[in-house]
Amino acid sequence: MKEPAITPEVISKHGITPEEYERIRGILGRDPNFTELGIFSVMWSEHCSYKNSRPELKKFPVTGDRILVKAGEENAGVLDVGHGWAVAFKIESHNHPSAVEPFQGAATGVGGIIRDIFTMGARPVFLMDSLRFGPVEKDAPGAAGNRRLLSGVVSGIAHYGNCIGLPTIGGETWFDETYAGNPLVNVFCLGVLRHDQIARGAAKGIGNPVFYVGAETGRDGLAGAAFASRELTEESKEDRPAVQVGDPFREKLLLEACLELLASGAVAGIQDMGAAGLTCSTCETASRGGSGIDVDLDLVPKRENGMTPYEILLSESQERMLVIVKKGQEDCVRQSFEKWDLPCAEIGKVTGDGIMRIRAGSEVVAEIPASSLTDEAPVYHREAADWTPPEVLDIASVPETDVQAALPLLLAHPTLARKRWIWEQYDHMVRNGSVVGPGSDAAVFLARECGKFLAASVDGNGLVTRLDPREGGRRCVAEAARNLACSGAVPLGATDNLNFGNPHKPEIFRQLRDAVEGMAEACRAFGTPVTGGNVSLYNENPSGPIDPTPVVAMVGLIEDEAHITRQSFREAGDDVWLLGERSAGLDGSQLLLIAHRRKEGRPPQTDLAAEVALQNTLRQAIRAGLIRSAHDCAEGGIAAALAECCLSGDQPVGAEVNLPDDGLRYDESLFHEAPGRIIISSGPENRKKLERHFADNGIPVRFLGATCGKDLSIGLRGKTHRWELDGLFRAWDGALQDLMDTVAEPLAAH
Amino acid sequence: MRFAVLRFPGSNCDQDCLRTLRDNFGAHAEPVWHKETSVAGFDAIIAPGGFSYGDYLRCGAIARYSPVMRAVREEAERGTPVLGICNGFQILCEAGLLPGALVRNRGLHFICRQIHLRLENNSSPFTRAGLIGQVLRVPVAHGEGCYYADNDTLQRLEDKDRIAFRYCDADGNVSPESNPNGSLHNIAGILNEKGNVLGMMPHPERACEERLGSTDGRLVFESLINSAMAAIQ
Repeated sequence: MKEPAITPEVISKHGITPEEYERIRGILGRDPNFTELGIFSVMWSEHCSYKNSRPELKKFPVTGDRILVKAGEENAGVLDVGHGWAVAFKIESHNHPSAVEPFQGAATGVGGIIRDIFTMGARPVFLMDSLRFGPVEKDAPGAAGNRRLLSGVVSGIAHYGNCIGLPTIGGETWFDETYAGNPLVNVFCLGVLRHDQIARGAAKGIGNPVFYVGAETGRDGLAGAAFASRELTEESKEDRPAVQVGDPFREKLLLEACLELLASGAVAGIQDMGAAGLTCSTCETASRGGSGIDVDLDLVPKRENGMTPYEILLSESQERMLVIVKKGQEDCVRQSFEKWDLPCAEIGKVTGDGIMRIRAGSEVVAEIPASSLTDEAPVYHREAADWTPPEVLDIASVPETDVQAALPLLLAHPTLARKRWIWEQYDHMVRNGSVVGPGSDAAVFLARECGKFLAASVDGNGLVTRLDPREGGRRCVAEAARNLACSGAVPLGATDNLNFGNPHKPEIFRQLRDAVEGMAEACRAFGTPVTGGNVSLYNENPSGPIDPTPVVAMVGLIEDEAHITRQSFREAGDDVWLLGERSAGLDGSQLLLIAHRRKEGRPPQTDLAAEVALQNTLRQAIRAGLIRSAHDCAEGGIAAALAECCLSGDQPVGAEVNLPDDGLRYDESLFHEAPGRIIISSGPENRKKLERHFADNGIPVRFLGATCGKDLSIGLRGKTHRWELDGLFRAWDGALQDLMDTVAEPLAAH
Repeated sequence: MRFAVLRFPGSNCDQDCLRTLRDNFGAHAEPVWHKETSVAGFDAIIAPGGFSYGDYLRCGAIARYSPVMRAVREEAERGTPVLGICNGFQILCEAGLLPGALVRNRGLHFICRQIHLRLENNSSPFTRAGLIGQVLRVPVAHGEGCYYADNDTLQRLEDKDRIAFRYCDADGNVSPESNPNGSLHNIAGILNEKGNVLGMMPHPERACEERLGSTDGRLVFESLINSAMAAIQ
């Protein structure tokens, strides 16, 4: 077979720099052939090698008492949850594919993260998503395109998750012009397993056969990992072949077959074929196992004729796995896959020479030391620009907002509005574990396999991170932990998704570095190791980089079902309190953005020590039975938080509260977004006890008022603002529905 | 009381049904793989929800050809209660065990939410424990749950009292607003002529525990268990 010659142009088209090419020559002791160049190109892409972010990722805390599999060791980290049970979880992005083909881009993102979890031997039990889109309001520029992306992405996630039978139980979705043309689609999956079920992605045991199982290989998704490691341009549409096509039914079969097979004990190692497909799975398993691997591409099940070795190796066809089988147990594998009607073929064996050797029949088409593709990939210490903290917002420059009008305005903004239009398209109830479903601070899930109540929350704030990356990093972690605390959970660990622009630009790299340091600092404070995650760089569209958007998903455990706490007020007659320190300003707030169209100011800083104390004290109060509801104050400040407490239960519950006079403007008092604040409700019989509990632990606690009636009324300095809950509910619940019902039909049903 | 829960490639509510029956009703429940040719010896058979064969063709159109479906038909003819939930309902329609078809939801989207059902027939083995007019809160989760049949079939279903459940509001009013998917006559569940085959789009197995938001789905399983006990005596 005649392969193209290696020219400087071919090298540069593969995203390989001249220095990297020299390094490849050094490793091989010769020039690479075209196939080998393709292999290096995908394995050394940011998506697979983290070459630009690795030194930063090392700053995350990765150890802890509960860690069973550490970040970076395998496809996903694994944490102990007690009684011999563990959880495997991870978040991953599919931003670039979703930008060019929203339905399949999002669907295959779900498929990929689910494979990462069951590759670990875990039974996947739930999903969450974190999404960002450009503006979708009627008069916003590009709204029709952004609605098409939203509609396609949501249908894609629904299509895959619903079909495979995993509930999407929580998430967050923001809308801002920074994400126009470059949506963010981050999907999280969690699975449960017993400690003794942890599977490894290592090629161990010289002579062990290597099996290819699952869907046939086609030309779809060629070099998708390299595609994901570039900026989006006008020409990106032409990259559509780099987007894969998902088949959730196949994956459901693959999932059941793999879990059955893993239970049989016939498997020495297992690895999914995700980014960089067959290439990545072969060299990574070999590298992890300290071994070599020898496979024959002629034996790989294919969907199309005439595929070149280059195409077979770089294809990102979905729903495929590589399984290293214990010698002598080949029949067991064949039987499992036959039962599930899945293709399966022995394609090679584990060797002892550390070489990834790829044949096409009798011809060797690639021969590369396996570890040179993984552990020895280049690492870059990028240059970071200097940073001057942003000026504190001069509040006098902001005309005072009409508070009465602002609350319904904010609640009807797609970022704050209820996301029912999204989560009703997801089967959020399958597996019968969704005790607290979507639309709450944290979702709570009963994993029936192990009888554990798991809480999970996913959070990120691009606006705050843009203004102050370090605070943005701290804040998303603190908010996720706070959401878990509000649900009654103790946080166990976190997984991160770093969505940034092009790291070659010093100001972007500085954002990445500072945000990671902020996240790492916060994770240390909460004792939540990072168990793994995903880096998505080059999130830029023709008008520039996105606002840096680190996202964190945190998982917690609730030991006693009685401690599960919701955000909604329960009934009339309860006390309403505010926990945490108040501060001033509208810096980095949604009010400033939505009502005044300004992204400005110095966001209030997260005090991690105070935050830890607040959350611990709240959990103690929950365990003592003092708390009837707890809700984090986040976007839209205290006023939006109160409205959500009133509106998000099965039945609306009104409230009459008075805010303490801190000498602030009305709009500041109601809408400023200081972190570390929680609205709780409690029975009046516990008033003294509750106040003492928080005061004794040094947590600021203020009595605000009581739940009652069908209105929300907020008093300050003798003036009362009152809103009918009916009207607020319509604004909050109907906004997204009204906007999206004007969109043409989604791309697929089911 | 022995339940069979059918398992097709792509079924995804089979485990929920098995667990619910075992944990909440202490029943014996076992999975039956779709390639089995017999499903004898059970007191009731459940075709669970999911996406059999991915539902890439019409929902249930391929699953009806699974070997087990011939056995299910024989058992149904013998009088064994057969309950199809969601995709199971779609499969029973495709298999001709129930009339009509489930087509794409009126709003075109997949819908997952708690809805209300009015119980219309309490003489079947699935609804015996209920009262006519009783309102149940049970979730739906489907993209193709809009019940459709020709006028003659609908008339027959109405005349012979074969509509088991209709979509309604919290007060039991059957109206276009309370219809989540556009089903004709607000139909959520129907019975076969003999009354021993029920197909329903809502998921009673998801409404058997307080912690999941409703226990109203218990009525279906309690009725089945009572019916089986009565049959034994």
